[in-house]
Amino acid sequence: MSVKLMQGNEAIALGALAAGCRFYAGYPITPSTEVAEVMARELPKVGGKFIQMEDEIASMAAIIGARVGGLKSMTATSGPGFSLMQENLGYAAMAEIPCVVVNVQRLGPSTGQPTAASQGDVMQARWGTHGDHPIIVLSPISVSQAFSLTVTAFNLSEKYRTPVILLTDEIIGHMREPIELPDFSTIERYEQVVTEPPETYKPYSNRTDVPAMAAFGRGYRYHITGLFHDEVGFPTQRLDEVEPWLERVNGKLERHADDILLYQADYQPGARVAVLSYGATARTARHAVKQLRESGQKVNLFTAYTIWPFPEKAVEELADSVERIIVPEMNLGQLALEVERVVGRRKVKRVTRANGEMITPDMIVAAMEM
Amino acid sequence: MEKRTEIRLAGEGGQGMILAGIILAEAAAVYDGKQATQTQSYGPEARGGASRSEVVISDGEIDHPEVLQPDVVVALSQEAYKKFAGSVRPGGLLIVDEDRVTVDPEVEAIQIPVTRLAQETTGKSITANTVALGALVGLTQVVSRQAIEQAVMARAPKGTEEMNRKALEAGFAIVADIKKRV
Repeated sequence: MSVKLMQGNEAIALGALAAGCRFYAGYPITPSTEVAEVMARELPKVGGKFIQMEDEIASMAAIIGARVGGLKSMTATSGPGFSLMQENLGYAAMAEIPCVVVNVQRLGPSTGQPTAASQGDVMQARWGTHGDHPIIVLSPISVSQAFSLTVTAFNLSEKYRTPVILLTDEIIGHMREPIELPDFSTIERYEQVVTEPPETYKPYSNRTDVPAMAAFGRGYRYHITGLFHDEVGFPTQRLDEVEPWLERVNGKLERHADDILLYQADYQPGARVAVLSYGATARTARHAVKQLRESGQKVNLFTAYTIWPFPEKAVEELADSVERIIVPEMNLGQLALEVERVVGRRKVKRVTRANGEMITPDMIVAAMEM
Repeated sequence: MEKRTEIRLAGEGGQGMILAGIILAEAAAVYDGKQATQTQSYGPEARGGASRSEVVISDGEIDHPEVLQPDVVVALSQEAYKKFAGSVRPGGLLIVDEDRVTVDPEVEAIQIPVTRLAQETTGKSITANTVALGALVGLTQVVSRQAIEQAVMARAPKGTEEMNRKALEAGFAIVADIKKRV
């Protein structure tokens, strides 16, 4: 292993390759373009396919199709492109097609500011597509973690047959940091294993949380639709078929929360205040908390790597340990809404900034005194 | 906290300031075994416009990855000087291109003819960013001389290694002279 200086976007692309991604479809957009550049260069070397599509609607459709055909797939985009992907993202959730969508957040709404940082798509990542649906959203805090969480994104996506969004930001995407890349052959990859023969195979069996998914073209014939469907995939309106589906699909992530929820809770006995953060802002939070602890103050630090499903039990525990939780984020208060839902508004102090600039350690320190 | 050195390199788009930042961070992280982060800010233009590259170097873990108050500012254009000269921390170092920047009388700056030196040494003014790196490292020792040489060589396009080596050398030489005069 040797140390390399690398951008977060490059590390995401390499993480995808290490996880076994062999198909990429996308439409370049700042600040995510480096992901596409690396995939275009590297995928052909490992027998994979890279396609530049006409837009993000088609990009999302293409990665779903590729995964149905048996290849692990990914796309990367930013704000405006992420908006266009929402419809097909819902299709992937409904049809339970694994895929990874990278959103390198930039300042929005609309075209906004392409080179400015933001964490403004937190709620969109959860609720951007219509209807109740399961989704996993991961957010890295460093270049190294951009690599490792991309691997995790693929594995969770396969394991739970759900789209996974890697929600990063312009800071992590464009920042260069040293990273020691592991040997890709040592990376653990989750693979779908179908044991049923084609004659009895049910792609949407409700007998298990996550029925194995057979790839098309290998003797398994079944129907895929965005309509509510029965266990073999054909449209249905029968409540005795729809309700077990609803229960299984909308509960499958919750029932495996221990496996999916990634976070770090760093407690100090006697602390009365905690700082909770994610993404690039978590780096600022660490800076501020170290500074505070060095000056003799006791502070708890909570970093969420899985932001959806929201780690509510862990945050409840955090709230029990302190009187106030400071939530800094580069938006006007989005994950703070979720913290407030769990612990109550009076316990939460928001620190927000939505002008394209990072939150500074001083802003968090100042919130301690309020 | 561990000692943290913050460097801001600013100029016009096309002067190679972002690349200079990358090379400096590589010298620190890859060749000196330190921690480093490199971030950047630029407008939509490919050339012209304001461009800046920021590097944080530390022996320990770097949390907040951006520059908060730079220990060193390098400004290769008047606009960059105007924008960032005031941001350098008290007691910090301001380095400007003598021929491109008019320094206000009350401002303390190390004035180096970076672009002229690049032109004279290599025949190409585009090596000004490498000259600036030589001067910066010569004055601050923020990374070792060996590390910056290795980092420049690793990034120099094939066939330009000698030219870049000379440019870096010129940067080191001019500040050796300045230090003697001081």
